[in-house]
Amino acid sequence: MSGCEKEDPWGHIPLCSMSRAIVGEGGKTGSWRIQKPILDQGKCVLMRGKAHCHLCWLYCPEGVMSRQTPPVIDYDYCKGCGICAQECVGKAIRMVHEHED
Amino acid sequence: MNMRTERDRKSRVLTGNEAAAFACKDASVQVVAAYPITPQSPVTERIAQFVEEGEMNAQYVCVESEHSAITVCIAASTVGARVFTATSANGLCLMHEQLHWAAGARLPLVMACVNRGMAAPWTIWTDHQDSISQRDTGWMQLYVEDNQEIYDTILQAYRIAEICHVPVMVCYDGYILSHTAMPVSFASTEQIQALLPPRTPAFQLDPANPYNFNLVTMPEPRKDHEGIFEMGGYMDLRYRFQVELKRSEEVVKSVHDAYANLVGRKYGGVLKTYAMEDADVAVLAMGTVASESRVAVDRLRAEGLAVGLVSLRLFRPFPGPALADALNRVSQVVVFDRNVSYGHEGAVASDLKSHLFSTDLRPRVSSLIVGLGGRDVTADFLVRGVRQCLDSKEPVVAGWLGVLGDSTIRPGR
Repeated sequence: MSGCEKEDPWGHIPLCSMSRAIVGEGGKTGSWRIQKPILDQGKCVLMRGKAHCHLCWLYCPEGVMSRQTPPVIDYDYCKGCGICAQECVGKAIRMVHEHED
Repeated sequence: MNMRTERDRKSRVLTGNEAAAFACKDASVQVVAAYPITPQSPVTERIAQFVEEGEMNAQYVCVESEHSAITVCIAASTVGARVFTATSANGLCLMHEQLHWAAGARLPLVMACVNRGMAAPWTIWTDHQDSISQRDTGWMQLYVEDNQEIYDTILQAYRIAEICHVPVMVCYDGYILSHTAMPVSFASTEQIQALLPPRTPAFQLDPANPYNFNLVTMPEPRKDHEGIFEMGGYMDLRYRFQVELKRSEEVVKSVHDAYANLVGRKYGGVLKTYAMEDADVAVLAMGTVASESRVAVDRLRAEGLAVGLVSLRLFRPFPGPALADALNRVSQVVVFDRNVSYGHEGAVASDLKSHLFSTDLRPRVSSLIVGLGGRDVTADFLVRGVRQCLDSKEPVVAGWLGVLGDSTIRPGR
């Protein structure tokens, strides 16, 4: 990584623009949410023994869906886009208004 | 198949396009993506054949456009591969925004640009309008005079690109070189290994060590993700690129010299001179206009005129000081441009005058536009062009030579 490291003779000007993704660089983006996804474990395909679904994990653009059984949603960073609910084959995820349950 | 004799391995009679394909194979290129366009197509056809027959261990990616071709090359280069593409004219211009990307991303791509005039009207014949239109993208541009130089320059281009982290375009004239067969000698495997070690990327897309590349970069410097280190903004990165691109001129020279020492063929580094020792008038040109100018110089010498030739090999970065040094004893320069910045003049003439204005040198600079869309540029026309420039009371600025097949210079502005 010679060209981009901090000991580079160019110091503060890297060879090319690079950054590392880290959790929370943009703040707790979960506060942007209007609707939130709620997982009904009874309907989750994974919970019914199909080990390889994880479509919610695959499609989530924010990476807030864990690759566990059952999947756990990180509401600190979930923006409530609803893609998981759209893609879920078991219709186990429904979107509810942020302040309802 | 594979019945090549020992002599075949040392030299063969090749077209310019075949010479480019052999250089690509000898450079151990790993990924090739290109879209066919006349007169470039035989380059990629030959490479596809090498890959298919197992003579070249590379991925040949079929794409649906030149824009996709350059984008595949950018992606493959970002994961650390040595890549190649080739194109011409409208294909090159379709790549335009990604050419900026490749340069700003500091990727060592090498491309063969088989020079062809720009439509409209449609033409398949040569001039430099295609590559000159890309001069501000940050790509290095080298122009060559014959098929041997195509082969040698593409090999050098990989080393230059990988040292400087700058993409390099090797430009050669369509048909005049691309489809004309000439003897071409190859570098040996040992020589290539000595000159061109495997690529060691300065940065790399790697899932085990993930980075975001070339994301939105702020106008002002900002702290890095740890909140400690101040990172440059857009303009700072662009400043570094400009400085390193200018300095790459020295690398062009040193790689050329190392190649010349090992392989025994030399091209003057950033420019070639011919009969310049006692010249009072210099002809300045690029590509095959420069090779034809050698014949014109001999004829003018036979007529008693002290004329020499400077053949510009490196156009970007513009080697102003080297050019000024080559021209420091002449009273006149006649520039032949096979391109025109419409509404102004030829690019080489423009850049030459712009550089000289910051020096004490004031040769009289005449400039002529020649050979657009494959219009034949003969030694006879070049001789008449030089003579008319020397006889003119005022310097000729962007005169057109050869309009309607006529050797009288017509005013271009």
